[in-house]
Amino acid sequence: MLRGGRTVVPTGRGTKLSWGMPVEPDVLLDLSAMDRVLDHQPGDLIVHVEAGATLASVQEVVGRAGQRLALDETVPGGTIGGILATNASGPSRLHAGTARDLLIGVTVVRADGVVAKAGGRVVKNVAGYDLGKLMVGSFGTLAVITEAVFRLHPLPEVQRWVTVEPADLAGAAHAVIHSQAVPWAVEVDGSTLSVLVGGRPAGVAARVETVRSLIGGSVSDTAPAWWGRYPWQPGEIGLKVTCALSGLGEVLAAAGPRVRGSAGVGVVYAVAEQVDVVHRLRAIAARHGGSVVVVDAPDEVKMAVDVWGPVPALDLMRRVKEQFDPSRRLSPGRFVGGI
Amino acid sequence: MPADGVIDDPARLRTYECDGLTHYRVVPALVVIPEDADQLAAVVRACADHRVPFVARGSGTGLSGGALPHAEGVLVVTSRMRAIRAVLPDDQRAVVEPGVINLDVTRAATPYGYYYAPDPSSQQICSIGGNVAENSGGAHCLKYGFTSTHVLGADLTTPQGDLVRLGGVAPDSPGYDLLGAVVGSEGTLGIATSVTVRLVRLPEEVRTLLVGFASTDAAGAAVSAIIAAGVVPAAIEMMDELAIWAAEEAVQCNYPAGAGAVLVIELDGPAAEVAAEYDDVARLCREHGGFDERIATDAAERALIWKGRKSAFAAVGRISPDYIVQDGVIPRTALPEVLAAIASLSESSGIRVANVFHAGDGNLHPLVLFDDSVPGQGEAAEELSGAILDLCIAHGGSITGEHGVGIDKAKHMPRMYDEADLDTMQLVRCAFDPDGIANPGKVFPTPRLCGEVPGKHKGPHPLQDRGLGEIF
Repeated sequence: MLRGGRTVVPTGRGTKLSWGMPVEPDVLLDLSAMDRVLDHQPGDLIVHVEAGATLASVQEVVGRAGQRLALDETVPGGTIGGILATNASGPSRLHAGTARDLLIGVTVVRADGVVAKAGGRVVKNVAGYDLGKLMVGSFGTLAVITEAVFRLHPLPEVQRWVTVEPADLAGAAHAVIHSQAVPWAVEVDGSTLSVLVGGRPAGVAARVETVRSLIGGSVSDTAPAWWGRYPWQPGEIGLKVTCALSGLGEVLAAAGPRVRGSAGVGVVYAVAEQVDVVHRLRAIAARHGGSVVVVDAPDEVKMAVDVWGPVPALDLMRRVKEQFDPSRRLSPGRFVGGI
Repeated sequence: MPADGVIDDPARLRTYECDGLTHYRVVPALVVIPEDADQLAAVVRACADHRVPFVARGSGTGLSGGALPHAEGVLVVTSRMRAIRAVLPDDQRAVVEPGVINLDVTRAATPYGYYYAPDPSSQQICSIGGNVAENSGGAHCLKYGFTSTHVLGADLTTPQGDLVRLGGVAPDSPGYDLLGAVVGSEGTLGIATSVTVRLVRLPEEVRTLLVGFASTDAAGAAVSAIIAAGVVPAAIEMMDELAIWAAEEAVQCNYPAGAGAVLVIELDGPAAEVAAEYDDVARLCREHGGFDERIATDAAERALIWKGRKSAFAAVGRISPDYIVQDGVIPRTALPEVLAAIASLSESSGIRVANVFHAGDGNLHPLVLFDDSVPGQGEAAEELSGAILDLCIAHGGSITGEHGVGIDKAKHMPRMYDEADLDTMQLVRCAFDPDGIANPGKVFPTPRLCGEVPGKHKGPHPLQDRGLGEIF
């Protein structure tokens, strides 16, 4: 089928099909039947899965051995392949990194039908190029991800959330970020700051006190209802805004009341009421070394605005695309620069 | 370029004929030492214009021959580009030139309460640019990750002499993660002229323990128990009897007497968390036969415990005229089996092997000891070294955990990856370096024909003109 010259968009459960530029492929390649957890080695802290497996099903399997895959299910029902292809991330990223840091092996099918793998089953491996990192966030434009091997983390014994509405949101976030509390997540939602501390009971108790001595707040053993969810509803304009940590104050102020996300790493999400919010935020983010991407929005909006924003090294990216998919069969037009 | 930045005197060229892997030597045709990114780019452009191969060299400490020069090529040395451009503690970032020494990044960040986490044992000499090329590791990888975890941006001079910006101070730059492919690409995709690194908060407390065990099996079981208990130590290093003895002879580290193996375990983080973890770790070590436990709570005591481990490579040089430092990875759970197999290979070949390794992540450094003046020993050592790599692959591991493929292991790549895998990786190489002039002969045993129109490319390719299929 791939040799038939038709265009293809791979999909898992379709939860992020509306992300990126709109495309109308000839074929929607549904990988949801390839949903097995192939192998879990708790002693080695690794799991090997098929791309169509939901994150939830993977957590269920590795959870039995007291472990977790430190990725967030930011859109319910999402599959591993979809999370990898979009580099979707949530609160866990401050502590454990994103998909690019957790992926240690990958198997893909190229546009010409050739099956190839990179990485392996061990955390430490520098043999060859890290194709896995190239695949993460590539939105199905380089190859179809079919299998993945991840490094796992132990489930924490205890988790506590310290939540507060500080007068100086960015200042409070900074105080916690640079402290010795070693927060596992520093998240904002509108004017609320919520800090996750995880680990052993004695350690967590002391660290929670450290956080409270800096920002006050109330303590809970469950996450706030908004935790790990994007702030936009279907049909709204959803943005991903990044910036250097020192730009948090300006970005949070400009992003409006419906901002939510990982202040601790400089990646937040916002709802734009109109299209020109995108341009305004983009200028501010750029001043702080960051970017704005329109993650999800109605098609008309995407056609009217620069969804991906300026992308340095675009030429080089096009050349990589050309090598992998010279006939432009995979998700053509979905990605940066019309790739 | 300044006159002293271009070297063509044969005697001086010889000083660049190898890196840390001294048994491969090639004298470069020319050595250039640019002072800044513009000069470096101009050099690379000149190479591109004349299709002259080039090889980059940082501090020349690499252990896989990554900086082994090309006889008809230019060796581009980055040692003069050693400015730390910015330390940005509020952003948890630093921006450095490629020639900056790894440990100097930490030194610059420490006054602000930060440090640079990747700590290869050569960190007092190795360069950030070299670390980027090799995706260097160190003892603290299990908890902190590798160079790729800590490099967020780079200015790269492509093999065609163009300067591109990859990533930056903020995470998740839109587009492909080209930086992720560049880190660890061993100089085959270009030369970084500026690197933006992540800085990590200095931990509140660091506690280091040294524990003796009767055997590597017992020590390995303790490691597995620690991991199973949900502890992620900052480092767990193991040395076997021969390695301990060598270190003892060299630096009198006074490791537990009679130990068949030792573990050096480091815990770091908030004080209360470290205390809680330590209780578990100490108990689990004892339960697995650990004895003579020693704890360090300040920098001086910590350095003392690490002294033996850090001197291991040099130490074996005292007990053996020659040695091969191998670098392989196995799943941690395969440790007892693999060590037993190495012991058996050692016995049957009569070649001694001292084992030092990052027990937490399964990265082995078998030190294969031999005397080259004895006929046949050199070959036997090479054979044993290769057999160890076969063991690693047979157990689902890797042929290199941190030293890189370089020239040394290119021939082993097909043991780990099949033709389709290597071909796919080289698609990336073709995109960056269609003329094949960036560190040719490294990493891949057989270069891929790129099928590109050779020469400079500007702007997007005319895809439709190539008639490579239809677009619907």
